[in-house]
Amino acid sequence: MSECWSRIHITVNGEDRTFHVPPMKRLLDVLREDLHLTGTKEGCGEGECGSCSVRMNGELVNSCLVPVLQAEGASIETVEGLANAGELHPLQQAFLACGGAQCGICTPGMLMAATQLLARNPHPDMAEIREGLAGNLCRCTGFKRIFESVLAAAHGPDDAANRETEQATHAR
Amino acid sequence: MSTHATTRIVGAPVPRKEGVDKLLGRARYVDDIEREGMWHGATVRSSIPRGLILSIEFDHRIDWSEFTVVTAADIPGENHIQLINADQPCLADGKVNHCEEAIVLLAHPSKQKLREAVAGVHIEYEPLPPVFTIEESERQDAVVWGADNLFKSFLLEKGDVDKAWAGAAHIVEGEYRTGAQEHLYIENNGVIAEYSEEGGVTVWGSLQCPYYVHKSLLAVFDLPAEKVRVIQTETGGAFGGKEDYPSLLAAHAALLAMKSGHAVKMVYDRMEDLAATTKRHPARIRHRTALDRDGKLLAMDIDLATDGGAYSTLSPTVLSRATLHSPGPYVCPNVRVRSRSWATNTVPYGAFRGFGAPQGVFAMERHMDAIAAAIGIDPIELRRRNFLHDGDTTATQQVMREPVILDQLLDRALEQSDYYQKRAQFARENPGSAIKRGMGIAAFYHGAGFTGSGERFLNSLAGLDVTPEGKVRVLVSSTEFGQGTNTVLTQIAAEVLGLDMSDVLMAPADTAIVPNSGPTVASRTAMVVGKLIERAGLQLIEMLHKDAGLDESFTREEFFSACDLYRAAKGEVVSLSRYEALPGIFWDDKTYRGEAYPAFAWSIHVAQVAVDTVTYSAEVEEYWTVQEVGRVLNPVLAGGQIEGGVAQGIGYALYEKVLLQNGRMVNNQMTNYIMPTAEDVPQIYVHFEEIPFRHGGYGAKGIGELPHDGPAPAILNAIRDATGVSFCAIPLLPEDLYAGLAARTAVEEAATV
Repeated sequence: MSECWSRIHITVNGEDRTFHVPPMKRLLDVLREDLHLTGTKEGCGEGECGSCSVRMNGELVNSCLVPVLQAEGASIETVEGLANAGELHPLQQAFLACGGAQCGICTPGMLMAATQLLARNPHPDMAEIREGLAGNLCRCTGFKRIFESVLAAAHGPDDAANRETEQATHAR
Repeated sequence: MSTHATTRIVGAPVPRKEGVDKLLGRARYVDDIEREGMWHGATVRSSIPRGLILSIEFDHRIDWSEFTVVTAADIPGENHIQLINADQPCLADGKVNHCEEAIVLLAHPSKQKLREAVAGVHIEYEPLPPVFTIEESERQDAVVWGADNLFKSFLLEKGDVDKAWAGAAHIVEGEYRTGAQEHLYIENNGVIAEYSEEGGVTVWGSLQCPYYVHKSLLAVFDLPAEKVRVIQTETGGAFGGKEDYPSLLAAHAALLAMKSGHAVKMVYDRMEDLAATTKRHPARIRHRTALDRDGKLLAMDIDLATDGGAYSTLSPTVLSRATLHSPGPYVCPNVRVRSRSWATNTVPYGAFRGFGAPQGVFAMERHMDAIAAAIGIDPIELRRRNFLHDGDTTATQQVMREPVILDQLLDRALEQSDYYQKRAQFARENPGSAIKRGMGIAAFYHGAGFTGSGERFLNSLAGLDVTPEGKVRVLVSSTEFGQGTNTVLTQIAAEVLGLDMSDVLMAPADTAIVPNSGPTVASRTAMVVGKLIERAGLQLIEMLHKDAGLDESFTREEFFSACDLYRAAKGEVVSLSRYEALPGIFWDDKTYRGEAYPAFAWSIHVAQVAVDTVTYSAEVEEYWTVQEVGRVLNPVLAGGQIEGGVAQGIGYALYEKVLLQNGRMVNNQMTNYIMPTAEDVPQIYVHFEEIPFRHGGYGAKGIGELPHDGPAPAILNAIRDATGVSFCAIPLLPEDLYAGLAARTAVEEAATV
């Protein structure tokens, strides 16, 4: 390799990590290939789909658009850091109960975007949730159950149940 | 037994089986998997739509000794992908028939070096004249496939259409067009392949149908069945886009693995996936309809044409479903559907949720509103007068033996959406507003399972076994890609065996482990495979009862003790169940007559749309769905299927345009191929009426494809209601709305001069 490699130091999910990589390597690839944190996904490689969303110093970023040198010294949070000692984070619990994850490929990014939203605004309304997740594409759910998951995590499950609009009836 | 209303687990909103793994980020998708000494693969593709390959040159500045290079000459078996006609080459050999057709494969340990190497392969062509549209193909501007460009045609006839026109009070004609649509699963197509002399070919991949890939690899590698193994990895969305394409990609990776001696990973990036993989078939549908004085249908003459792309792949079966869904959920004594699928020099069109039905339903349901306008009847009333009921016959002369409750679904949809009140309100408000609102409806069915005799030919096998560790395993090749296969099949097994969800595991979707329960397509899994699992469970209880003394009612502990006894006495505890054709099912492929599907799901959609006459954007403000899909096995998952399908259908109607230039997709990025976002999808209301279907798993019929059939016509009908302009083509982008509304304004101005 002709390119010069850099020594990079970042904190990932609270753990200090130091490694040598090409400085322009995407943060996404560093997380997946060098740190083996494959929970963060690539969907489009151009910052459109949000599947690679992680938090960097408390800001939501598309890790496919961040050269790792830009993350030098930063604190990174990924989906692997959400659960606490095996116990699901309230958002993860809500996604499980409300059907917020289907194929699961957008889910890590969606969870990070939702984490960011709730960090800024612990009790968002539906319009704020829509706006907060607008950078993350989901092709499976039509978003409704993702919104309900975030509402449930933010306001408690009863509130989400009140907003549940579907009913099942036996016709005959 | 199967339709008992009281169940413990079936019908409950149990959480997704693999949900925790997905939420923790530890579910393993293909790109998350590394194999020892793994290389990467890349594809050199055609840059022209049709022509002869004159030469393939390799740039001398690249050290090709580092690379593995594969061409058609390296294929040990047949250079064809096995779908219906086996006309699609695995690698182009001497000629190309579409842009992005694979010609040369490269493998190398470094992805970066591969990118440079792909640019270093120079292919010289002698171009041949291409055809790009249905019309060019019909006219045979050039013959690009077979003798006449025709992949397949069907003729469905009931009564005598030609005699019906003379006695008609009204005759209404219309032409409708639908565009290509990209699946846009968020995980691109990808596989890993390994090869060894002893073991043969092993492929891990993001795919729907392990046995389709298996069958295709057998032919490409000329290997016996036991030397090809296909394993599905966690799959990040599919929607039909991983039904046919993975057979091609798996063959490519496996050829590179064989020649390089390394495991080879091929995961497309988004631009390659969009440009090179299948899309929904574009279609042109013409309707000519006769009605009597009371608005009852007398005759329907439907001419349907699809663009199949460069190779036939699944076009014949997509055309079949389009044909069978074109006449809509109506009674009509005289019906003719003439359908044809044409070759063009574009990437082959393939399977996509709905599989031809969305095209047919769009035309029929838009046409119903056009008829209503032409003869001066309310569009709701027109549908009501013509709905199918129990005992009626469809266009294929299938007698509706199961309950058909379209009136009831319609009543519920009108009530929930407040349809009439809103129409009146919008009619009052629209004249004084730049925002024009409207309400639109679509009524439709979706046939569940394979068409006609298809399920009999599939001859699916599925089952259950019990491990010495005390777990029941579901043995199916049916795959999970978000829609809920793992969860509902586990629910069925746990229910029938009286166990908990945690007692039941899904065996890996690995052709070395599970039997062929058929492809995971056609809304068949819960209904057909679910029934096989239910039966395998009953059979297992019977075995344990007979040979291990299990009582008629038993606890979980007694069940597993009986399994241990059985194992000690007889060996493996396994129960397999094979598909049995339903009684009284008759289908004639030649005349296209008989029982087209074992069951139909029924649905009414209502869309509320706002058209901004300043910006020419159309927004779906609210959306209501009412459906009868048999028994709902899991309300959270079922609701998610409907909502996701509606969102994808909204994209089909208003956002998603595949822009082709010279037969190549030029907007092959998420930046400019636009799908609905969290801000675009409206509140979607979902209501199920449940009528358990006795031949489906715990009463289930198909659900997955149904919701994609309705949004496009419901939305365009609502736009007509809002603006008075009848749009007949999708996608309907702002520039199309502008053109249509401006033309109407011009006509009105001319009339007032």
